Amino acid sequence: MSTPNKKEKKELTVEQKITRRTFISFSAFTVLAVGAVEGWRWLYKSPKEAAGITAGTRVPLRRALNKTELFFRRLVFSENHLVKTYPKSMAAKRVRVNADIGIEAQNKFDPATWKLQVIKKGGEVLQITLQELMILPKTEIIYDFKCVEGWDQISHWAGVKFSDFIKHYQLDDYAKMQFVGMETPDQGYYIGIDMPSAMHPQTLLAYEVNDKLLPLQHGAPLRLIIPVKYGIKNLKRIGTIAFSNTRPRDYWAEQGYDYYSGL
Amino acid sequence: MLIYWANDEYSITIFGHTFFQFFPDWFYNALKIPHRLSEGMAFHFLFMWFFTLNGILYILYTIISGEWRELVPKRSSFKDAWLVLLHDLHIRKTAPPQNKYNAAQRIAYTAIIIMGIGSVITGLAIYKPVQFYYLTWLCGGYHFARILHFVLTLGYVFFFVIHIVQVILAGWRNFSSVISGFEVVNETPPLVIETPQPVVEIPQPVIGTSPPIQTTNEDEHPE
Repeated sequence: MSTPNKKEKKELTVEQKITRRTFISFSAFTVLAVGAVEGWRWLYKSPKEAAGITAGTRVPLRRALNKTELFFRRLVFSENHLVKTYPKSMAAKRVRVNADIGIEAQNKFDPATWKLQVIKKGGEVLQITLQELMILPKTEIIYDFKCVEGWDQISHWAGVKFSDFIKHYQLDDYAKMQFVGMETPDQGYYIGIDMPSAMHPQTLLAYEVNDKLLPLQHGAPLRLIIPVKYGIKNLKRIGTIAFSNTRPRDYWAEQGYDYYSGL
Repeated sequence: MLIYWANDEYSITIFGHTFFQFFPDWFYNALKIPHRLSEGMAFHFLFMWFFTLNGILYILYTIISGEWRELVPKRSSFKDAWLVLLHDLHIRKTAPPQNKYNAAQRIAYTAIIIMGIGSVITGLAIYKPVQFYYLTWLCGGYHFARILHFVLTLGYVFFFVIHIVQVILAGWRNFSSVISGFEVVNETPPLVIETPQPVVEIPQPVIGTSPPIQTTNEDEHPE
């Protein structure tokens, strides 16, 4: 600063200083306040994303969801982080049924004629019966099932580990892809799972709950139990399994939920 | 608010009897916000960043500037806070002597920081209970962490209400000092013109970091 300026400053009276500081701070406060209100308004009024694999939420919010999820995945996700398990005595006797999308009771379905369809390259379809799956090593898990809506319940499931299933049917090449997609036989409900979560040692293709075969409302004859995801990813009544390097369609991601919904 | 809709999960139920429902249907219908859980979650996972970063910056500021000395309760604060409360409720005529903040403020402003840290920890414990299993364990399990997180949120609402009421009661001059960082106190009229002493300068956190006005307003919206 030049000398004349300094001189000028010295000459400021106390009252002037007060006015000046008050003016500066109130201006800054106003700018920040208006910025906050305008920022909120911009966000609230920002357009919805174009309907695709994900839909139903505002563009900036979707970007934030994806970035946040990937940030935490890179930071902390590990196959060695296991979901906490509980003794059998703590498992709920009456397991909660929350939804029936894709398995509605009015739509006729016969578990006896069901076959799991695994879609391979070149249109080849692997057909697997429940009996064939039940020969494979059985894995049990008693864990706290968590719903995105806020409830959780300790429940007891059993079935084939997804990674065992992959090994047994020699699908290892497919497991190198980035995603696995599953759909109900009527294609009314469908999910996409990132491969690390699918191959997690606690992910099951489950056919039993509380030591009994699954009842229809819990997804008979075969459902997904994936403890590293919220309930919305635990598809009931698996019809088809497919693999891909792009995100498969996902029922709730199309309704504005996070695509990954990982825990 | 949006994230509490669904299944009436937020209630106080003991032995199957619901004593209190935090968010009954009429509440949601009146505000026209049922079925917006996904929207609420999307906002939540964006604003959690502002909440956390703002908290970190604020704590850093108080440490670097030394302001924390004015904010952390002293040994006498817990006793004095009671007297402040009685004074503010007009039960007692005098308030105990204080510096920049009175005893009750010291406790409140420190508590809100501890609550904020608690919210971040319980939040992470719920958000990634498998990956942050140690945090979930620390919070007494997934279900209890959820309850803590919710109770803390109620705490902010309580803090916010008291805070705003107090700011209004304290009047414009106090509010002005919150913004500008000083308050003009005219002591006995100066006898000699050369005594330049009417300004009592109270260095306050500059606008961006003054805890009440900024944080609460923006961050609480999406909840």
